Amino acid sequence: MSNAPRITLPAWIDIGVIPVVNILMALVAAGAVILIIGEDPIQAVQVMIQGAVGYDEGIGYTLYYTTNFIFTGLAVSMAFHAGLFNIGGEGQAYFGGLGIGLAVLALDGGAPGFLIVPIAIAAGALFGAGWAFIPAYLQAYRGSHIVITTIMFNFIAAALMVYLLAGVMRESGNMSPETREFASVSFLPFMHEVFAWFGVTITRTPLNLSILWALLCCVFVYVFIWRTRWGYALRTVGQSERAAVYAGISPPRIVLMAMCLSGALAGFVGVNELLGVQHRLLLNFSAGYGFTGIAVALMGRNHPVGIVLASLLFGLLYQGGAELAFEMPTITKEMVVALQGLVILFSGALAYMSRPWVERLYLMARGGAERRAA
Amino acid sequence: MVETAIELRSISKSFGPVQANREVSLTVAKGSIHGIIGENGAGKSTLMSILYGFYEADSGEILVRGAPVEIRNSHDAIEAGIGMVHQHFMLIDPFTVLENVMLGAESGPLLSESTRAARTELERLEREYGLYVPLDETVGDLPVGQQQRVEILKALYRGAEILILDEPTGVLTPQETDQLFEILKALKAQGVTVILITHKLREIMAITDQVSIMRGGEMVAHRDTAATNREELAELMVGRKVRLDLDKTPVAPKDAVLSADHLSYSDAKGIQRLADINFTVHAGEIVGIAGVSGNGQSELLEVLAGILPPSAGSVSLGPITATPENPGDPEQRRLNGIAHVPEDRHRLGLIGKFSAEETAILGYHNNPGYLSGPLIDRAAVRADCEKMMRDYDVRPPDPMLQSSKFSGGNQQKLILAREMEKNPDILLVGQPTRGVDIGAIEFIHQQIVAMRDAGSAVLLVSVELDEVMSLSDRIIVMCGGRIIGEVPAEEADARMLGLMMTGIPRDQARNADAGAQVDA
Repeated sequence: MSNAPRITLPAWIDIGVIPVVNILMALVAAGAVILIIGEDPIQAVQVMIQGAVGYDEGIGYTLYYTTNFIFTGLAVSMAFHAGLFNIGGEGQAYFGGLGIGLAVLALDGGAPGFLIVPIAIAAGALFGAGWAFIPAYLQAYRGSHIVITTIMFNFIAAALMVYLLAGVMRESGNMSPETREFASVSFLPFMHEVFAWFGVTITRTPLNLSILWALLCCVFVYVFIWRTRWGYALRTVGQSERAAVYAGISPPRIVLMAMCLSGALAGFVGVNELLGVQHRLLLNFSAGYGFTGIAVALMGRNHPVGIVLASLLFGLLYQGGAELAFEMPTITKEMVVALQGLVILFSGALAYMSRPWVERLYLMARGGAERRAA
Repeated sequence: MVETAIELRSISKSFGPVQANREVSLTVAKGSIHGIIGENGAGKSTLMSILYGFYEADSGEILVRGAPVEIRNSHDAIEAGIGMVHQHFMLIDPFTVLENVMLGAESGPLLSESTRAARTELERLEREYGLYVPLDETVGDLPVGQQQRVEILKALYRGAEILILDEPTGVLTPQETDQLFEILKALKAQGVTVILITHKLREIMAITDQVSIMRGGEMVAHRDTAATNREELAELMVGRKVRLDLDKTPVAPKDAVLSADHLSYSDAKGIQRLADINFTVHAGEIVGIAGVSGNGQSELLEVLAGILPPSAGSVSLGPITATPENPGDPEQRRLNGIAHVPEDRHRLGLIGKFSAEETAILGYHNNPGYLSGPLIDRAAVRADCEKMMRDYDVRPPDPMLQSSKFSGGNQQKLILAREMEKNPDILLVGQPTRGVDIGAIEFIHQQIVAMRDAGSAVLLVSVELDEVMSLSDRIIVMCGGRIIGEVPAEEADARMLGLMMTGIPRDQARNADAGAQVDA
């Protein structure tokens, strides 16, 4: 019994119209929530957009959040192309930060910045990859489900970091669970500093050079997945393990490769947060970016371009949301989280809900056009 | 005037831009066996799905026994007296035959009463149609032919007077096929109407009263079976003249290049799938493996291709010897001139979501010719895929089209092109024409013979006995993971091979065959 062939929509509808429809639905739902608590949804949207992109400080913050989402979104998509659902981006980002912290703390006594920064970035990748390697190994060779193990590894990473930062790595005399400040040679320049080199003055924001690294990672992920033979093997395993075996590809090795790359990308959150902004290793700097990365990858259709766009949207929601909580006191921080959750719900979990409607509209429009042509 | 069981008037159905059925009309006389043939994608299955309520027609009318009916789901179809036996059985293996037949037709909350009623009714049906099945046996333990009878019983138990069989013989031995045809004749004698969907011309000629031919979603012709022949039917199906017989030069075997030596294989659960297999294939010959599906042929092919490791014994393939200690892998096989056209092209041979050119390098993606540095050389891949498409007439010749969008025959041609254009010394081929149109079958068979003539050793696994018999120079018959015997192609006939496929050795098969003919 053959199944009904699915309608193939033109690409511009699939990757253009449907996500916009989903976001609009989310906005309508969010608007309803805001109405219920007695605020003006139109005004709320204005505050959010104004806060996120209305002035250069807002833009800086939006892009700073965007940077983190790009890293974690790429991480999730890398694993996804190999057919793996990596829920452990949070723990891998956190653990990657440990690698960065250890590298900088060990080297910033004397080594020059042009050595420390690359080594720290490499250490972040290595630690992120290492934290992903264990669940990957268990999946590849022992059959433990990667979704379960990566979730558990998030908790292990969190507990381990509390242990390290509350005790072993804490600066003596400091009351808060964090290391000493890194030496300034290890700092990544802020974008306002970079602009200042060229004589352009912009407002101070946490936005730093990491965003360029994030964009480079996008290019790398695109080339790796679609242009190299390793990416070819990775996608083959993701599509059909049996076909991969037939083609002489070893699925367990691909699982290890994909997860390590995924973990390394997640580990770069520490580059933005620690080398770029905080300049020390501290508790909870990963702040849920790893989890949001799942929604980013889903929304971005696991393609680097989509991931950049989705990251921008989430950056906007984060920054605009913060502004909203500040400007309209009845809309609390928790409320903002709920609104962000609605966007994730509609564009991630319910991503295909609107598809049949759009399909029907498209067919009607096309049918009408054909009748007119005839 | 003959009474009609079913009449379809101008049925149309489209899925998006694909018109699966266009103005299809069909009249089936009551108490007849009506065949519907057509290539894959001709719309047979869609039409029958509309009749059975899986899909709703966009337009058109269905009349059962002269009265218009609306069939929105399979429940409506059963109400109208239509029963369907699917190609893949819808049975629950751990249940008994009785439980399977009752499933969904129980009455009341307690089973005991309906069980008793069902048993009485089933015993009546068994007597009436000669459809004997052990009612208390677990379905999973029954041979395939018997499982099919359970499906037929299920339909009859629900009061079916019109029975649709979708490709019913695909999984049967020739003997089981004969038995099925006896049952169908008995059903016909009792006034049941049978609609038989198949792509096997021989079956149409053997059993049907009328035959309708579909092509490209349309009904192209109706014939009385007695007034037509295979050649005409094939031409109607394909739309052009088709040669059903294969031209083959005499075999000229050279050195032995592939041999299995006491080869055994047990799967992960420890069940022995191959036991003590010994055979040899020479360069320049085609050796066919015949057997009912699931008797170890698939495992044999995968062990040879390096996908599964042998558990005992060894195989030597050209320069390689694979043993349990050193099984090798598919990549090693390819590097040593061994190509493999897998049995299941959808799960092994190609990746539906990959473009045709990506499928065209599956297994060869590490070939230096396809690479430039760490990157895949897309221009080289494109050029090679275009060449494959030209040489093997893959349509449409579009390297960027998704692999799943090609028809079965064109997918298979692409896979054959990929494996054959490397001029392998050994070619392992599984089910080369499963789900492939007649027109493409002709071409694929010619290519396999050309490969042999060019000096390759070809090992062919197929459940289509006709295919094994027409292509092979020698035929090995497998049953239960063992080799039952070997027959030179010119001495083989379907009845003898059929008996061997059930595990009867050749000399006994020959005697039994002779005995059967004397009895007749």
